[in-house]
Amino acid sequence: MSDIKLEKLDDNRWLLPQTGEMRVPGIIYANEKIYQLLKGDESARQVANVAHLPGIMNFSLAMPDVHWGYGFPIGGVAAFDLDSGIISPGGVGYDINCGCRLMITDLTLGEIKTRLDDLTVALYQHIPSGVGSTGSVKLSGKDQKKVLEEGAAWAIKAGFGLQEDLETTEDGGAMVGADPEQISARALERGKQQLGTLGSGNHFLEIEVVQEIFDEAAARAFGLRKGQIAVMIHTGSRGLGYQICDDYLALMVKHANETGIVLPDRQLACAYLNSGRGKNYLAAMACGANYAWANRQILMHRTREVFEKTLRMSPRDVNMKLVYDVCHNIAKIEEFNIGGTIKKLCVHRKGATRAFPAGHEAVPERYRNVGQPVLIPGDMGTGSYVLVGQEKAMSETFGSACHGAGRVMSRSQAIKTSRGRSIARELAQKGVLVMAGSKGTLSEEMPEAYKNVQEVVQVMHDSGIARKVAKLKSIACIKG
Amino acid sequence: MSNYKFFDHTADIGVEIAGRTKKQLFVNAATALFDVMIEHKTGRTTAKQRKQVTVEGADVADLLINFLRELLYLFNGEKFVMDRCEIINFNNTEIAVQLTGEKFNNTKQLIKTEIKAVTYSGLTVERQKNHWKARVIFDV
Repeated sequence: MSDIKLEKLDDNRWLLPQTGEMRVPGIIYANEKIYQLLKGDESARQVANVAHLPGIMNFSLAMPDVHWGYGFPIGGVAAFDLDSGIISPGGVGYDINCGCRLMITDLTLGEIKTRLDDLTVALYQHIPSGVGSTGSVKLSGKDQKKVLEEGAAWAIKAGFGLQEDLETTEDGGAMVGADPEQISARALERGKQQLGTLGSGNHFLEIEVVQEIFDEAAARAFGLRKGQIAVMIHTGSRGLGYQICDDYLALMVKHANETGIVLPDRQLACAYLNSGRGKNYLAAMACGANYAWANRQILMHRTREVFEKTLRMSPRDVNMKLVYDVCHNIAKIEEFNIGGTIKKLCVHRKGATRAFPAGHEAVPERYRNVGQPVLIPGDMGTGSYVLVGQEKAMSETFGSACHGAGRVMSRSQAIKTSRGRSIARELAQKGVLVMAGSKGTLSEEMPEAYKNVQEVVQVMHDSGIARKVAKLKSIACIKG
Repeated sequence: MSNYKFFDHTADIGVEIAGRTKKQLFVNAATALFDVMIEHKTGRTTAKQRKQVTVEGADVADLLINFLRELLYLFNGEKFVMDRCEIINFNNTEIAVQLTGEKFNNTKQLIKTEIKAVTYSGLTVERQKNHWKARVIFDV
């Protein structure tokens, strides 16, 4: 952790004091165990670097899944004033609107146990995954423009899903202000090929079973019950998003001198929110976000088809419903109470999930009495958690919580550690069937490469940011 | 390959590249990028494609990143797998290269790792006693 000293605030928070050119202090959410892990990487330095950016409000924050990223730490949250603040493509990340989507069914483990192999194989065959995978949806230029403007709604109009799916998608599956004119020909070209694909790396599609309920009332509202089969999808905007980020980052680095902003790391290159370049990036980013929502919507539709066909069941019997869809790489204009005044801010969530409490108007109507579902996938062998946003998130973390377990091992360390072992067999022994495009991916993504998701989630629960609702166990996983 | 080595980075791939000269550093960085992404199943390339690429940068570090970004796009956007890189023209703010390679063919090559982007994070390009050294982080 180099020369940075953290001060313990309480059992779950550490203060990173304001020093040098930092404009605000930092706060890292971590218990003692996670704090010890922080010492091994540069993520605290990155929290401090983010605190140098103009217009940053209150604190530069990191959630308990924090780890060393590029520019911003992964698990980083920072909010900026609309007049004096900035927008940073690196603070959103290359995979714009990378996120999670959780679906539930009316099925139980007992009902699909004998068909789980077939189901997993069929999912693997029908959900294009792997490096550079190309999709089954071929887009004309005109259609692509609509995808970028309309997001998940385009997918539904094109026959990939139900109108009701939009009700439980963050922002209704479309970010306003998307302008395809702000996107390069290169980004458009990459986007044409990849709609309806999972991709590679840490992206996945998992069949899970609800293992434990912590909060009956919230679980009931979300439609979750013990023993139920669910599906979690984790993917984003694919090559289109990477290219948008790359293009704007290069542009902002090129013009960095014009803004007069001194950057501790070029990857933090940014533009003022009220500048032309800043506004153009926001319009381009919204296109990436909408593409990702359409992508997850199409993958959900394919999953429904595979379940119905493989199990020879009607849509009504499978009854695959969307619990929620969250983005965890994004910048959003949202309102917060800052010293008694309601202010619009631009919240960067780089590997962090929105976690709005009960009563917030952005929470879907059917969940408004309990709060927004927060989806936290863990490693392949563990499964996922569903949490619900709490009031304290609004006052402390700009309505944000963690987004996953967070890596603790580098990819090369993981490959080294897994040498001579069969990760697929180990997972099978734990009751998780895995199909992956490459053995390398399985090694890189081995369970030990991640923090214990239980610890991470507990920090959010104990600090009152997001409350535990349910735990889901993986039973099958497909990866690129 | 001794022209580059990996350094540990929690989420991404860090590469430390060495070159006897600044030009050689750029050629070795290009090789490292493709080595991370591609595994050749059978020998080297046969069907040759040639490409001329010119890239600009604000300084030598920015130039290196822009150069690698351009090569990454050639792969992601045009499926071009580089085999050789020859420098035609070079100064600290502009590089022109002649690339030789072929179109990606999954019977001959395997994609090992998807690189999402070449990042500016923690970027260094430095002159050592008798060689040049750069550190670059690829987002994977």
